[in-house]
Amino acid sequence: MLFTLAWRNLWRNKNRTLITMASISSAVLLSVTLVSLQRGIFDNLIRNVVSFYTGYVQIHGKGYWKDQTLENCLPLSDSLLQSVLHTPGVAGVAPRLEAFSLASFDEKTKGCMVVGIDPETENEITRLKDKLIAGEYPEKGGQGLMVAEELAKTMGVYTGDTLVLLGQSMYGSTAAGKFAITGILRFGAPDLNQRLVYMDISAARAMYDTGEGVTSLIVRPTDETRFRALAATLLASLSGEADVMTWEDKMPDIVQHIETDTASMYIISGVLYLLISFGIFSTLLMMLAERRREFGMLVALGMKRGLLARLAVMESVMVAFLGALAGILISFPVVWYLEKHPVKAWGALRETFERFGFEAVFPTVLQSDIFISQTAIVLVLALILAGYPAWHIMRLNTVQAIRS
Amino acid sequence: MEKVVLDAHNVSKVYNEASAVPVHAVNNVHLHITEGEFTALVGPSGSGKTTLLNLLGGLDRPTEGQIIVGGVDITGLKENELINFRLHNIGFVFQSFNLIPVLTARENIEFIMLLQGATRSERERRVSELLKAIGLSDKADARPGELSGGQQQRVAVARALASKPRFILADEPTANLDSASANNLLDMMVRLNREEKITFLFSTHDQRVIDRARRVVRLVDGKISEDTQ
Ligand SMILES: Nc1ncnc2c1ncn2[C@@H]1O[C@H](COP(=O)(O)OP(=O)(O)O)[C@@H](O)[C@H]1O
Ligand SMILES: [Mg+2]
Repeated sequence: MLFTLAWRNLWRNKNRTLITMASISSAVLLSVTLVSLQRGIFDNLIRNVVSFYTGYVQIHGKGYWKDQTLENCLPLSDSLLQSVLHTPGVAGVAPRLEAFSLASFDEKTKGCMVVGIDPETENEITRLKDKLIAGEYPEKGGQGLMVAEELAKTMGVYTGDTLVLLGQSMYGSTAAGKFAITGILRFGAPDLNQRLVYMDISAARAMYDTGEGVTSLIVRPTDETRFRALAATLLASLSGEADVMTWEDKMPDIVQHIETDTASMYIISGVLYLLISFGIFSTLLMMLAERRREFGMLVALGMKRGLLARLAVMESVMVAFLGALAGILISFPVVWYLEKHPVKAWGALRETFERFGFEAVFPTVLQSDIFISQTAIVLVLALILAGYPAWHIMRLNTVQAIRS
Repeated sequence: MEKVVLDAHNVSKVYNEASAVPVHAVNNVHLHITEGEFTALVGPSGSGKTTLLNLLGGLDRPTEGQIIVGGVDITGLKENELINFRLHNIGFVFQSFNLIPVLTARENIEFIMLLQGATRSERERRVSELLKAIGLSDKADARPGELSGGQQQRVAVARALASKPRFILADEPTANLDSASANNLLDMMVRLNREEKITFLFSTHDQRVIDRARRVVRLVDGKISEDTQ
């Protein structure tokens, strides 16, 4: 009975109910879209940054991150490699051996970062092959070098030339080698474009005399959203033999940026919901004024105040629920569309993005928890706001209400 | 042996008691109502009719005095007990807008029985009985907005009866009706009183209504100045 009564009361003032619902729907629509867009942009950013160089999870030799010398490299025995590969949640790994060296050609010498890689696994994670602008991408065990474009330019070298690399081996002795340039790579980030030199990991191990040592093992998770859990599992299974870091550990400034941005989104959402709360509240005030006499009469007839208060709460929650539902039904296709056809950046922003090798798009994500949480927010708000009419009913002066 | 349904003893209601000008809306009233009475409470506007009816119906609390309904002193009941007491013992008819606008005539009558927790079959039986008694069986599914003022008041009387109260209090039930509708309502109330022994206590300041009462209690400045009994 209470439900029927509440439902019919909703439509007593059709326009007012519809306006209230519409304001709730638009708040939900706006909020869902903004949150989905923001999350989509961040996911995209993370995917970009992570695939750019660091991967989601990296394993290092103990102490390497603080003191990046070859002495702190990780002895990557076959058993260690296998145990990482067989850890649940690991989709693949890519070893790297990075060492600062000098590159010489003719009279010119420049500092560079030599990166020893497994060409195949490296490409799976960072899509290095896409950055090749001349020459060929090496096979596993190849002997050639891939040099970053800007570095090649300053040195005056190109594919076919031979570069001399000079560095320090793991034991402090001189490490040197002569290598043919087989490829040129272009990186969006200027510092990378001026410094990077790639070679096969086995050649690098031999030159720097690290034996099985690598400076990092990049781990590709099967589920990218669960990288933190994976890092924890790996850390436990490695039992102190190595350090495990996530991209968040490596790039705290990006994490910071996301946090600040998310916080400001909460504020925007909060203001939005505050506005509709005022709207709902004023509707409730009007409703109370109009039905004061009726409420008094119902209590006079013998309706318990608690039951009457429940009726009022039910009415508010119904309006909020229907408004939220409508908001979700509208926002679903909007978010879906923006996921399939993301907003594209233009102008200077687009150039910046593309220079760093990022896709200049802002997609949304279609995630049920966003819809659920926004609906929950609206319902909780309605419940809180409905507290006012409920309180009003509990202390209504029956006699005065009937006289009014 | 006559059955007492209402016994008001030394009842007073003072508004603004602490102020410089307290209002003695009801002043030291004694009133005794027995089953089957058909009593009009009359007096000019402001004489205290509404206040007295509110006190007798347990809607308001007297400043002084005792009100005994069916052997229970209702002035001693707590708010929730009082609401429950009203639900089971007293029928109310107000001057106007008595009905819940979103419920049909049938549902309005049924509503009070739902509050009482009556079974469905009991409700259905009684509601159609009452609709027949007030001559509105054909309007059972009309909402109050679709009924005339007189029809609405008749539904209100039926609703008051639905809970099987000890008596019905009606505060100027005809005040908003044209004389034909008022007569009609009065006819119905008289018939219910005669045939079903329903006890009515109603206020009015309409002489034609007063003429049809069997007992007239006159209030002046909150005091009973005349009682035809
Ligand atoms: N809440 C109140 N506060 C102060 N005075 C009131 C209040 N309610 C009624 N009165 C006064 O009590 C007196 C009786 O009023 P009422 O019972 O409404 O008379 P009637 O129904 O006969 O017109 C009037 O003088 C009225 O102004
Ligand atoms: Mg009055």
